[in-house]
Amino acid sequence: MSEITPELVRHLAGLARIEVTDAEVAQFASQLALIVDSVATVKAAVNDDIKATSHPIPMANVFREDVVRPSLTQAEALSGAAESESGRFKVSAILDAD
Amino acid sequence: MAKDQLMDYQKALETYEVVIGLEVHVELNTNTKMFCGCANVFGDEPNTNVCPNCLGFPGAMPAVNGKAIENSIKIGLALDCEIAATGRFARKNYFYPDLAKNFQTSQYDEPIAFEGKIDIEVPSGKVFTVEIERAHMEEDAGKLTHVGGSTGRIQGAEFSLVDFNRAGVPLVEIVTKPIYGAGDEAPELAAAYVRSIREIVKNLGVSDARMERGNVRCDANVSIRPKGQEKLGTRTETKNVNSLRSIERAVKYEIQRQAQLLSQGTAIIQETRHWHEDRGATSSGRPKSDADDYRYFPEPDLVPVQPSKEWIEQLRATLPEKPAIRRKRLQELWGFSDLEFRDVVNSDLLDEIDDTVKAGAKPQAARKWWTGEVARIANSEDKDITELAITPSQVAQIAELVESGKLTDRLAREVLTGVLAGEGDPAEIVAKRGLEVVSDDGALLEAIDKVLAEQPEVLEKIREGKVQAAGAVIGAVMKAMAGSADAARVRELVIQRATEK
Amino acid sequence: MSFVNKSASELSAMLASKEISSVEITQAQLDNIDRLNPKINSYLTVTHEIALAQAKEVDELRAKGEKLSALAGVPIAVKDNLTTIGIETTAGSKILKGWIPPYNATVVQKILANRMPILGKTNMDEFAMGSSTENSAYGPSLNPWDLKRTPGGSGGGSSSAVASMQAAIAIGSDTGGSIRFPAAVTGTVGVKPTYGAVSRYGLIALGSSLDQIGPVARNVMDAAMLQDAISGPDAMDATSLPESLGSMTEAAKNDSVKGLKIGIIKELTGEGFQAGVSERFQEALDLLVASGAEIVEVSCPSFQYAIAAYYLIQPAEASSNLARFDSVRFGLRVMPEGAATVEKVMAATREEGFGPEVKRRIILGTYALSSGYYDAYYGSAQKVRTLIQADLAKAFEKANVLVSPTAPTTAFLLGEKQEDPLAMYLNDIATIPANLAGVPGMSLPVGLAKEDNLPVGAQFLAPAREDARLYKVGAVLEKLLENKWSKKMMDFAPELRVN
Ligand SMILES: [Mg+2]
Ligand SMILES: [Zn+2]
Repeated sequence: MSEITPELVRHLAGLARIEVTDAEVAQFASQLALIVDSVATVKAAVNDDIKATSHPIPMANVFREDVVRPSLTQAEALSGAAESESGRFKVSAILDAD
Repeated sequence: MAKDQLMDYQKALETYEVVIGLEVHVELNTNTKMFCGCANVFGDEPNTNVCPNCLGFPGAMPAVNGKAIENSIKIGLALDCEIAATGRFARKNYFYPDLAKNFQTSQYDEPIAFEGKIDIEVPSGKVFTVEIERAHMEEDAGKLTHVGGSTGRIQGAEFSLVDFNRAGVPLVEIVTKPIYGAGDEAPELAAAYVRSIREIVKNLGVSDARMERGNVRCDANVSIRPKGQEKLGTRTETKNVNSLRSIERAVKYEIQRQAQLLSQGTAIIQETRHWHEDRGATSSGRPKSDADDYRYFPEPDLVPVQPSKEWIEQLRATLPEKPAIRRKRLQELWGFSDLEFRDVVNSDLLDEIDDTVKAGAKPQAARKWWTGEVARIANSEDKDITELAITPSQVAQIAELVESGKLTDRLAREVLTGVLAGEGDPAEIVAKRGLEVVSDDGALLEAIDKVLAEQPEVLEKIREGKVQAAGAVIGAVMKAMAGSADAARVRELVIQRATEK
Repeated sequence: MSFVNKSASELSAMLASKEISSVEITQAQLDNIDRLNPKINSYLTVTHEIALAQAKEVDELRAKGEKLSALAGVPIAVKDNLTTIGIETTAGSKILKGWIPPYNATVVQKILANRMPILGKTNMDEFAMGSSTENSAYGPSLNPWDLKRTPGGSGGGSSSAVASMQAAIAIGSDTGGSIRFPAAVTGTVGVKPTYGAVSRYGLIALGSSLDQIGPVARNVMDAAMLQDAISGPDAMDATSLPESLGSMTEAAKNDSVKGLKIGIIKELTGEGFQAGVSERFQEALDLLVASGAEIVEVSCPSFQYAIAAYYLIQPAEASSNLARFDSVRFGLRVMPEGAATVEKVMAATREEGFGPEVKRRIILGTYALSSGYYDAYYGSAQKVRTLIQADLAKAFEKANVLVSPTAPTTAFLLGEKQEDPLAMYLNDIATIPANLAGVPGMSLPVGLAKEDNLPVGAQFLAPAREDARLYKVGAVLEKLLENKWSKKMMDFAPELRVN
């Protein structure tokens, strides 16, 4: 059986910045356990001699010229933001108030 | 920890061995950002040098700046590194509001350069070889402004504002291996190392290397262990150290703080710490923990970087000489004593003086002006010398005016003030302010005659051969000429006149 | 007969001969959308004014005698995971509701350059995670062949639109089969080109190393013309192929399969496949053989690990790609109760903005990449890709193209697999290997399954960069089938009566 415990689901959800309800934790834990057991078969399929493929079509050295291209305007940049102020994106305090 | 609670520095070093490690981030001065065509410039209106890519908009993709790769390879070569046959970008995943994609495109297990070394001379003259573990490419984050609470501090802020102009600016992060054996010179070594990195990237022309603008930033890892102990101590990583002086102070502070804690039997916490220039102290930041799981994986939107041997050799051929070699050459060329030269290096004025000499000044004059008057003004204004509005060529012009007798030292200082005030080049200021030395003997003789008439007893003494008595007359004449006279010429004329009469 | 039943190539010819105008076609198309879309939910956004303005413009250019591209004036539907300036782009997610991108995807730019009026943005599973469009935050699309069934996913909006005459052609994206599976279950043609043949710039990423944009159409020629219009190198996408793959339109004019070696993938036939699917599939092969093609059997033993590898790689990449949805620069922001730090705002926004399948995959992907598990999961999965590529390389030594049914079954009932993610993932068994290996694949309709009268698709695969082979074999098989049936696939479709 897999190691997908409710605690692990909470930890992963934290890393992924998703608030999860207790019900979700329980549901994800059981579903993920099944999925992980199933996908874990890849471990048995490979060995150290096999190279990993991260790009399906091998390519290298694709570079861009160091030439300035037009940027967005400030208004375009901020157009989708929930909140902005003084030309900047506005976010809640980063640290908890003590 | 308040400063009076720290362990005495010498005492700390009697008991503990210091190990430091330095991570220096260098911002490259390419025209465009690392992964998009937005302009890489400092100080523009917020969020005007941004595009879908550097804002992390859905669907946007990175495109690698070839010039940034070239510059990174140059840095690697200048640090005697191996250049990777295959380098790859990786994603470093973590959430932070200044990180548009919530991952940083960086390099992980395949950095562009690795296994280098650099010789660093500390103020005592001792030379340490610092080993470089790796130099890798990555992108800078945006800039946060914290609003509310105490000014600009993240603690207690009500909210924060984000400007992504800096997001995506190319960075090269240079990481040293642990540095052992620097002893009580560890703080100086740290500062001297960063100075050398600055010098290298500046001479390579790949970075503006202005620390006050964050072009070069240093994170200092410090750990201590009881002498004789094999196991390394727990280290702290002090961030936000953005001047050479601060690096030295921060490392010293951490040594003393950690020594104090260990001597009390308190364990060191592995954490990031922040340096506060005003208080001269570090404070606790974020603890490092298991939660720091960056889930690195190869950036699927980019293909590997595989620099050819020919390209690497081409770039190697363009490298300027190494700092240590350059220093040796310049000291010989300029004929400075060890003390004079070290003073220049420690004041971080090597480039300025080199450029001033190249602009025509005599080395000693260049040294005198930079380490003397210019440094004094920078100090009194609490500025970095590079922030002053004066160029090496202007300093050379002033030195030349003094050399040719057109300016006295006092007048030259006035010209310097004019240059710093933005009044123009030295020659223009001399003309505008009417500062040129009075070389018209007629005007001088008129003044001399007047003074000699007022002081007949002095005249008598000079005539009797007591030449030193002339000093009083010279002083009065200089005063009468408001300083715009060449004291040596006045002296000549005084003696001539006195003997004539 | 209405314009809306015409194929893109037919419309192209009629436009060129000035038999009809683009405004007429576009208006007819929009009318049909207005009639059907409230029921079928193919489109999330219909852009009436934009489409008609574009149509008017192209008509004016044509009147002036300007040289225009083959598809100029032919209206098109675009999947909602491609950014469009001024047109809401949601990728089927609540977290992007109302987002108006300030930039166009490269493919959208090409569509505009080809002067094809954009009818609207099509429905999809949220962030393309799913095989039925049931994961769309805006409700599922329905299958025009049977409204109780799925039109496939994630591109069920595009497939149902094309199958129900709400567009002649559409853009899809295919990460594990999201073009080909919907094509199979709606009787349409769907192609996933070679990885990198079409720029991904502006495609809201799911699995970056798997994603590929491609055409959705009612026949092979239409798909070919659309692939030609949207493919080519792009400086904005470092993984886009630098070279041209040649003309698919030319390839689709092919009329012979004589001597063509077709490899049947042993692991993708027989057990686990619906009887009616296997029957129609075999029938198609018989037709090809009768026309001179040669059938060989090939084995791809590593395909058995494809789904497992895919469901590690794709969630892993997605977990990172979707991290940007954090409420700061665009999209939804949810303020939690009480004093909120930005971290809490992000977490609350992502909790509310993402649907359950998206959260499930983000957490799975986070796990696959997390320290201590990377090698076992993500690392091993990337090695499986190497094995699959090796299997395919070997198979292509014996055969010019490979073939299998596109999906194990015909369209399933909406709701049937929604509670069982693993069962849902199994739909992709035949389509996933192409994404893992980067090779091109085409799903072509081969008739209706006897037991349910629903469309069956056959999938052809070719080596990387050999997309033309798919169009060559596809064009011939299409013709053989149409001759056999004495009508087109779509002529079997039930007439849609919507109020
Ligand atoms: Mg870094
Ligand atoms: Zn940009």
